[in-house]
Amino acid sequence: MGLLQPLKGDTGGQIMLAVLALIAILVPILNLLVPEGNPLHVSTFTVTLLGKYLTYALLAVAVDLVWGYLGILSLGHGAFFALGGYAMGMYLMRQIGDRGVYGDPLLPDFMVFLDWQQLPWFWQGFDQFWYAALMILLVPGLLAFVFGWLAFRSRVTGVYLSIITQALTYALMLAFFRNEMGFGGNNGLTDFKDLLGFDLQADGTRIGLFLASALALALGYWACRWVVTSKLGRVAVAVRDAESRVRFIGYRVDRVKLAIWTFSAVLAGVAGALYVPQVGIINPGEFSPLNSIELVVWVAIGGRATLYGAVIGAVLVNYGKTVFTGAFPEAWLFVLGGLFVLVTVFLPAGIAGLLKTLRRRRAQPETIQREATT
Amino acid sequence: MTNSDSGRGSSRDLLHSDRTFDFSGPKQLWQGFGQDFKELTRRDRQFSFMIRAKDLELDVSHGPILYLDGLNVSFDGFKAINELNLYIDAGELRCVIGPNGAGKTTMMDIITGKTRPDSGSAFFGQKIDLLKLTEPEIAEVGIGRKFQKPTVFEHHSLFENLELAMAADKRVFPTLLARLTGKERDRIDEVLGIIGLRELARREAGTLSHGQKQWLEIGMLLMQDPHLLLVDEPVAGMTHQEMERTAELLTSLAGKHTVVVVEHDMDFVRSIAKRVTVLHQGSVLAEGSMDEVQNDPRVVEVYLGE
Ligand SMILES: Nc1ncnc2c1ncn2[C@@H]1O[C@H](COP(=O)(O)OP(=O)(O)OP(=O)(O)O)[C@@H](O)[C@H]1O
Ligand SMILES: [Mg+2]
Repeated sequence: MGLLQPLKGDTGGQIMLAVLALIAILVPILNLLVPEGNPLHVSTFTVTLLGKYLTYALLAVAVDLVWGYLGILSLGHGAFFALGGYAMGMYLMRQIGDRGVYGDPLLPDFMVFLDWQQLPWFWQGFDQFWYAALMILLVPGLLAFVFGWLAFRSRVTGVYLSIITQALTYALMLAFFRNEMGFGGNNGLTDFKDLLGFDLQADGTRIGLFLASALALALGYWACRWVVTSKLGRVAVAVRDAESRVRFIGYRVDRVKLAIWTFSAVLAGVAGALYVPQVGIINPGEFSPLNSIELVVWVAIGGRATLYGAVIGAVLVNYGKTVFTGAFPEAWLFVLGGLFVLVTVFLPAGIAGLLKTLRRRRAQPETIQREATT
Repeated sequence: MTNSDSGRGSSRDLLHSDRTFDFSGPKQLWQGFGQDFKELTRRDRQFSFMIRAKDLELDVSHGPILYLDGLNVSFDGFKAINELNLYIDAGELRCVIGPNGAGKTTMMDIITGKTRPDSGSAFFGQKIDLLKLTEPEIAEVGIGRKFQKPTVFEHHSLFENLELAMAADKRVFPTLLARLTGKERDRIDEVLGIIGLRELARREAGTLSHGQKQWLEIGMLLMQDPHLLLVDEPVAGMTHQEMERTAELLTSLAGKHTVVVVEHDMDFVRSIAKRVTVLHQGSVLAEGSMDEVQNDPRVVEVYLGE
């Protein structure tokens, strides 16, 4: 009972989680047990695509936590996602061992290519999964903590904060593009072979990663609900609506922001770590400022400050992107921009807001009619 | 280390104590240390970074709860507060009036730590130096403020507004894990009663009327159990009836709390005030009962001459 407490009154979230559970059960069955010729068969390609959407959904939930509930419009969450991804990528690189093109037992191919003689210190330990897992949480978390500590303490808010988050991800992108940084330059990390001993190309591994993504989304969603339904969550919303008032009541606004901001960055890092083995590559493009802006658009379209809206937005927009970029690749950015404008003007509460109004209207048609006529 | 002679010696230097130690036994020695440390901590009371604000105790044994002495504030050369002296007694209900721009809001900004004065001193009770505390620390030692423009948390219910304002451990993790106790619920309910909004407990505060928001704000102040309430223009924009209710509310609070009200509406001030302070160009122009103040020629000039 206590475990379900955070989901009380969250009809949208309950439906979303139920659908997620259903997909998590059906997709493996339809992929592994239904033969390929059958129309019900789900291809491994689709499984991976779905898994990728789920990691995006987790990232969107992380963004909605800080934007919807704390009022921080982060235009740099892609950076935390990418850092989690790089930490996972480094583990996957070290798993390749001597199976690389150059066959060096220790050094990844790109280091051999650059004529490096030994493994840089920050690559040490990444042959151990537990260490990589720790870094997946720690690196985005620590960066967010330091960044947030500086920004929130000096009371940088609003547009200025958004701009420096954007600068943060841009700076990281430029840094990761450099070969000397030791992260594979503009090629990034790729040619992964296996994860925890499982072949990354195998159907079973793909299903495993898909299920892990579903589980991470469910747990991440639950954790965010737990935060927003706590008293701290109510303080966060109060900070969003009237920051100086909260300070006068006696809360340390900078600390409240710092805690939730850091937690959100860690979630984004986990999402990135699950994303990388499914798409098979991580490169500095993931730090691109445009990526971070795009994911804010997902949340806006799905509906801010609902959490499940972020999931809907991330999945729908990315499904649209998959379909659209197949047909007219150049048009996608215009479609996305247009969609954003339309939603902001006509659906300020996003798809989640639309669903809520529809449900209310069905539940009590007379009152709405009365409201409409007066 | 502290048991060796050298340790003892260096500790003495550290404390700058001119006390000569009696080496006859360890017991006396430790007592000596104890006293020295007590003294050390007492002297350190002035350094706010060494102590938590809530550990400061309010001392009003000499009457006044608030002392403002020789305060000066200027904004880009303009003197908003000019050699301001003001003393408020514990339990008093004091009205502060004055023309627009007299510095009333700025005075409250100084007391609550929002604005730092260029010079002067501000004490809460005998001992608490407000100029050395941060905004949240000042809230913690027991000064609550109602702003000129009512700001309630629009997307929270009235109940939640009061819950957030409640005196509690406000650090991040205790807040994350906080659960309302029965006693706390009762207290919220009680305050909802005092401000007369019990029926609306579950309503979103954004839907309240202007007057109701003002009362909710006062309720939020009360939840912090403040010793001193600063209330800036509580009846601006209120109907006559709402004004009467506000007057009742504020007078009922005096005694148990000290209340300082800034207000423009003279009828309202007359209906609640025993003592009135007139501010003009950043300093006190006159002080006394409403009648005395109103018959003071300087006050008449300031109010009518403009
Ligand atoms: N942050 C600031 N920067 C510059 N000038 C300021 C600032 N705050 C206040 N002032 C000026 O200081 C003077 C005193 O302002 P204050 O708000 O304290 O007046 P008040 O007595 O509260 O007036 P009112 O009755 O209109 O509320 C005004 O002339 C105002 O313009
Ligand atoms: Mg004012």
